[in-house]
Formats: sequence, C-alpha cells, structure tokens
Amino acid sequence: MESMEEETPRIGVFVCHCGINIGGVVNVPEVVEYAKKLPCVVYAEENLYTCSSEGISKIKEGIAKYNLNRVIVASCTPRTHEPLFRGACEEAGVNKYLFEMANIRDQCSWAHMHEPEGATEKAKDLVRMAVAKSRLLKPLEEPEIDVTPSALVIGGGISGMTAALCLSNQGFKVHIVEKEPELGGMLGHLYKLYPTMQDASESLNHVVNSVKSNKSIEVLTSTVVKQVKGFIGNFEVTVQKANDETANFEAGTIIVATGAPIFEPVGMYGYGEYDNVITQLRLEQLLKDGQLKKPESVVMIQCVGAREKEGRTYCSRICCMTAIKNALLIKDLHPDTDVYILFRELQTYGKHYEEHYRTAQDKGVKFVKYLQEKSPRVVSGKNGELTVNVYHALLNEELKIGSDLVVLSTPLIQHEDARELSQILKVPLGPDGFFFEVHVKLRPIDFATDGIYVCGTAHSPKDTPESVSQAFGVASRAAIPMALKRLRTEAITAVVHENLCSGCGTCVKLCPYGAIEKDEKGVARVTEVVCKGCGVCAATCPERAIEMRHFTSEQVMAQALAALGRTSA
Amino acid sequence: MTFEPRIVGFLCNWCSYAGADLAGVSRISYPTNIRIIRLMCSGRVEPVIVLETLAQGADGVLVMGCHIGDCHYISGNLYAERKINVLKKLLARTSLEVGRLRLEWVSASEGGRFAELVKDFVEQIKALGPSPLAGDKPDKNILAGVLAAKAAAEDFRLRLLVGREKTMIDDGNVYGEKVSEEELDKILNEVIDTEFVRNRIYLLVKEKPLSVKELSERLDLDSKTVLRHVVVMRRRGLITVDRVEGTSPLYTALEVGR
Repeated sequence: MESMEEETPRIGVFVCHCGINIGGVVNVPEVVEYAKKLPCVVYAEENLYTCSSEGISKIKEGIAKYNLNRVIVASCTPRTHEPLFRGACEEAGVNKYLFEMANIRDQCSWAHMHEPEGATEKAKDLVRMAVAKSRLLKPLEEPEIDVTPSALVIGGGISGMTAALCLSNQGFKVHIVEKEPELGGMLGHLYKLYPTMQDASESLNHVVNSVKSNKSIEVLTSTVVKQVKGFIGNFEVTVQKANDETANFEAGTIIVATGAPIFEPVGMYGYGEYDNVITQLRLEQLLKDGQLKKPESVVMIQCVGAREKEGRTYCSRICCMTAIKNALLIKDLHPDTDVYILFRELQTYGKHYEEHYRTAQDKGVKFVKYLQEKSPRVVSGKNGELTVNVYHALLNEELKIGSDLVVLSTPLIQHEDARELSQILKVPLGPDGFFFEVHVKLRPIDFATDGIYVCGTAHSPKDTPESVSQAFGVASRAAIPMALKRLRTEAITAVVHENLCSGCGTCVKLCPYGAIEKDEKGVARVTEVVCKGCGVCAATCPERAIEMRHFTSEQVMAQALAALGRTSA
Repeated sequence: MTFEPRIVGFLCNWCSYAGADLAGVSRISYPTNIRIIRLMCSGRVEPVIVLETLAQGADGVLVMGCHIGDCHYISGNLYAERKINVLKKLLARTSLEVGRLRLEWVSASEGGRFAELVKDFVEQIKALGPSPLAGDKPDKNILAGVLAAKAAAEDFRLRLLVGREKTMIDDGNVYGEKVSEEELDKILNEVIDTEFVRNRIYLLVKEKPLSVKELSERLDLDSKTVLRHVVVMRRRGLITVDRVEGTSPLYTALEVGR
C-alpha cells in the first residue's frame, strides 16, 4: 500500500457512449482525444457501453497492458455504477478507491440534449476535474471487524422480553438488564388490554416464563447499565446491581427497550389534593385488585398534560382507548354508574378500536368534547363532593357534572434517568424526551450509531401490539450484523493529524456519531469503524488538523481549480 | 461574445447530487454553466475552499445539500448553513458581490427544482457580470479583500467560533448558559470584523512595510482603529516594526507566530 502511494499516477480514461445516450449528444471521440493530453493520463479509449461485460474486460485489459494505477470512467452517475467499476479495478489489482467517475450522462448529455457543443465542452471539463482528483487519490482499505453474537437488551418489559426471545430463537445470547426487581414493566401494572379485554397478566406471564426458562437469556434485575464502550460488534458493557456490585460483559448489539412511565399530574384538576381524583393507571390497579367501590358518577378527563401548546406537545396515543376500555369495565361492573369522557379529540385509530368506541357509546358512556382554551375545572363542595364544570362547545353552555370519581388520562413520558442512559450510549433524545430514531420514516427503529436500536415506549407512546411489532423489528435489525459475524466498515473516514491538533474538542462535540474522542495525549482520535465519513469535522476543525479521506481538501480544491481551467498550486 | 459564467457546484451525495442526476434522467434541461463537485455531505464544504474558488475566478459558487431534517448525516446541512452564513458575512466585507455565493436545499426527488435553481443562479450571475477575479488580470484590490477573507476563514479564532456555534445554542457554553441566536450573531459579526481587518493589514504589510496612516488610507478606516489592531497584532507576534520613517514606524509581517 505504501509503495503504491509513491507510484507516479498512470491514469486510464474510459469514455462511454452509453449507446446514443451520451454519444448522441457529446462528441465522445473528441473527449477521448482531449483526455489523452491531460497530465498523468497514459491511456484513453471510447466504449459503446463501458458497463457491459466487454467494457469491463476493456478496463481490465487496459490496466494490465498500460500498467494503469488509476482508472476513470466517464459515463453515468457514481451513485449507480461506481460499485461495478470499482469491482473491475479490484479484480485487475487496482485498489478500488483509485477509481474515479465523470458524470457525463445524467449531469451532461441528458441535461443538455439540445446543446451538443456546450455538452462536449462540459464533458471535457468533467473529465479534467476527474483527472485532477484521480492524480491525488490514495488507496484505502475497509476495516473488517468481528461481531460478538450477543445482544444487550436494556429493559425487561414486554418490548425488551419479546426482542430477547426473538434473538435467542435465532441462536444469539442475550442479556436483559432491568432496573426493577421484577420483569414485566408497565404491562405488570395493567388489568385488561383493549380491544380484546384479555388479562394483561395472561399475555405477560407467558412471556416472562419463556424468558426465565430460556437458557441463552441471562436476566439481570435490579440492575442498571453504568458504562458502554466500543462500537457495533464490540460493545463492552458495565452494569451495576442494587448492592453496587458491578459486572462486565461483551455485546455485539444493543437494544433500548426502557419503556415509559406515566405523567403524574400533581396540581392539575385537584390531583394530589382530593383523594378521588386519580390517574387511569391508578384506576387500572383498583379494578385489578377488585377494590373499586361502586361510584355513582365517573368523569374521565383526556389529554391531561398532553398535546399542550408548549412542553409535552405530543399525543400519548394510548389514552383515548385506555379511557374507553376502563369506562367499559366500570359499565360492566356497575351498569347504572354514569361515566363521562371529556375529550378534546377522540382518536380510535387501530385495528378493532373504532368498534370498541361504538360499544362504549351503545353502553351509555357519555362523550363530551371540551376546548383546550376552556378546560374543565374540578371544584369541591362543602362535604367533599366534586363537581366537574365543563364548557360544552355544541350546547354553548357550561355543564356541571357531579362526580365521586375523577380519572385523569395522562401521557406516557420519558424516564428521568433516560438522559443519563442516552449519554452512556451516545444516542440522542428528541425534543419530547423520547429516544430519537435516525430517520422517522425509513429507519424508524435504528439509532444513527450502528448496532444500537430502540423499540417500545422508550421511543414514543404506543400500545402493546405496536410495542411488540417494534420489538420484532429491532430483533431482526440486530440479528443482521450478528448473523454476518464479520462486518466491513466505511473506508472513507476522517483522520486527525496529531501534530496539528490543539485538543480544542470542537470535533468531539459536533460529530453526530460520537466517533471522535480525545485520547490520553489530549488530541482528537477518530474511531474509524464508527465514523460515517460526512466530513463535517474536517470542514470545521479550527486547526484544520482533520483530513477527510477520499474527499481531502487538496483533492476537492484540485477539482475546483480544474473546473475553472486553472492548475492546482 | 456573450458572457457565459463559470459556476462551481458543491453538492452532497445523498440528496442534491441525486437531484441533479434526476434532472438528467427526467431530461429536464438547464444551462451548461455548472461544474459539479460531489461531496458526501454539504457539511464537508470547507469555507477556505469556497473562498479560494472565488479568488481563482469562479463567477459563482452554488452549494447544495439535503433539506433541513433530511441530512443523511443527521445534522451536516445545519453546519453547512452556518458556514455559508459566515462566508456571506466575510464576502460582504470584501468588494466581491455576496450574490456570487448561494446555498440551496435540493432533495433526491427534486430534479425539476435543481434545474430551476441552476437556471436562476446562472441568471443571477449573468446580471452581476463576470467575476472581477476571472481571467489573467484580476482586480488587485478585490482580490486582496477575498484573500483576507480566506485568511480569516483559515484562522483558528473564527473557525472555533463557527465550530461551536451550534453547540452554544443547543447546549450552552461551559457554564451551561444558552446563547441566543441574536447574541451569537452579534459576537460573530464582531469577530468577523476584527479578523477581516487584521488579515487585510497582515496581507498589506506582507507586501511592503506600511505606516498606520498608510494602512488607514488603504483600508478606508480611521487611524485609531487601525492602531488598535496593530498593537494587538504586534503583541501576538504577527507583525513588527520594520523601520521608522520620520516619526512613523513602518510595520511588516512576520512569518512565524501564525
């Protein structure tokens, strides 16, 4: 590799006609003749289709015959054809990063079909720019890493356990780290699940037993993650038990399934002040334990501390259905109890959910729409009896509903210790406090950091079927690198010139992947397998001590000068 | 002969370069003036390279990246935006038109938008006319300004500030105090003013020794301001007294210390 760097560049240029796609507009022979005169170009030819098997052979022959150590194909876009041509170079013994493309089709002949002369001039310029860069290219290697076939699942609720089982079924070892003394998470506190009305414990116990009896799943309860070092395939995890004892193990992948508690609405609607103002979760426990004394009139208030104008702006997604379900459970126990649900908007979006809503209407649950700007008020009478005053938008009058039980639907929120975990894992939290995926649509359960995934309510409020679906999703995502056993990582990475680095730490903060840290000498060091090659650090470094491989400042500048018809200094 | 601008484009691989490909695939035509350099991310756009490209006579520089929120590298385009903002501030202090630099967001599906933006930018540059730095005889004064801007963009002080801008707004300074966009903009303007003038002084006295009075005439600045900069620059070992003519010391640039 070193000796190659010393070699004088011997560039071969292959200009493609692409049938008539390029050749019908651009004067290809003229471009070939032009290329031959450029510095370091020792060979140039035209091909009908450079990407055909004949064209590929021509490249390989050219490399052998003219002892080429750089190859340029002037054809279409590198976004589609670079891998093919790189492969040809590699097979002929030229490092694939010594290949460069000039896009004279998509960005030239196709865009300038009616200007053949201008297109031909532009094609020459693009070839000249490619030659300018090619001369400065360096061979690169893609680091290969081994992947430990073991996953860390943080959180032992339904999401974490489902993911763990799914991974163990595929033959991987799993550590579940749960901070509570028992597995189960939120589901352990619930009574019935909508819309099937089956016992939460029924679904949960089955999963808990499967996890406990599974030999490849190690469950660590009353334990938290204290430190995570390393990168995909090679995470070193330190956990701490309640008795402060620590333990270490390795993990190839990490799944965040830490769940979410509910918001405690202290100070809202008399919560914390009146005993008979409770949350839906508390109601669920009373129903589960059979301790709910028959109420005469129950008023449920939706969106308490959710969908606010600032702060918790999000919809908690589960509350509409939870209220409807709990209203139905009360109606089943006490058909003559009045149940009101005061809502802002009612969203029963899921499979069989709307039917559940209709059942509640049929059974006499009263739905009253309130306005955010005229929220209901809970007032207490002389003898402690409560009245809920609510402005009814359709009747345009204030209703006064006597109530002996007010139930507040509050959103799921992020755990207080989530920020600490996000820093340990170097993964972000969103503005709503929940763990933040890398792409909301295309990569909804991945973090930007390779090998770390998120599922369940740690990611955003969701109900059981949605959490379970995501758990299956992350298990499949995490299984990919572990099944491959070895990974090739990006060769186009940043590199720090230690002698220039002042240790200011600017790059450490701005790298979106946490790929840069200061080493024991106080200078920045890039963990190559974590670096994605965006080059933001290189463009920002105050000392200009960071170089971006394959897009070095020298290479980019040479291209720019070539574009202007000037030679690099 | 009609003026055909030479435009250099710096495009990110994932969105804008793909958008440019799509314009071609869709056979949407646009002027041939642009020469595109593919980078992995608009965040890779190095301010020094942009200024050097302009100094070398590009009639225009067009930087394109993914729309905000769509960056393949999460936040690279936000850093690009901050850098272009600083570049425009620097250019505004030179006599080269700020309009020769433009930043736009183009997604991979916006072939039409890409073509429209190129067309529009070519028109914009045609209206400005050829760059005074193009050709064999660049305007020396304007070039001196752009080179001073480039030197400022190479300077640790300005780069550190730009590199920390986003962190200072998002996470606050070392004391955890968040800095508002307005405050930061004010600081940025001050630093840019200072760095630009000092680099102009440095480049001027590098050519030949000059007095404060001569410098103030060349820079069209009052001598008090120039003197203040000269004092700091002397203390930092950037310039020194070459000789004294009459009662005026003439300053010259030092190679070391930069």
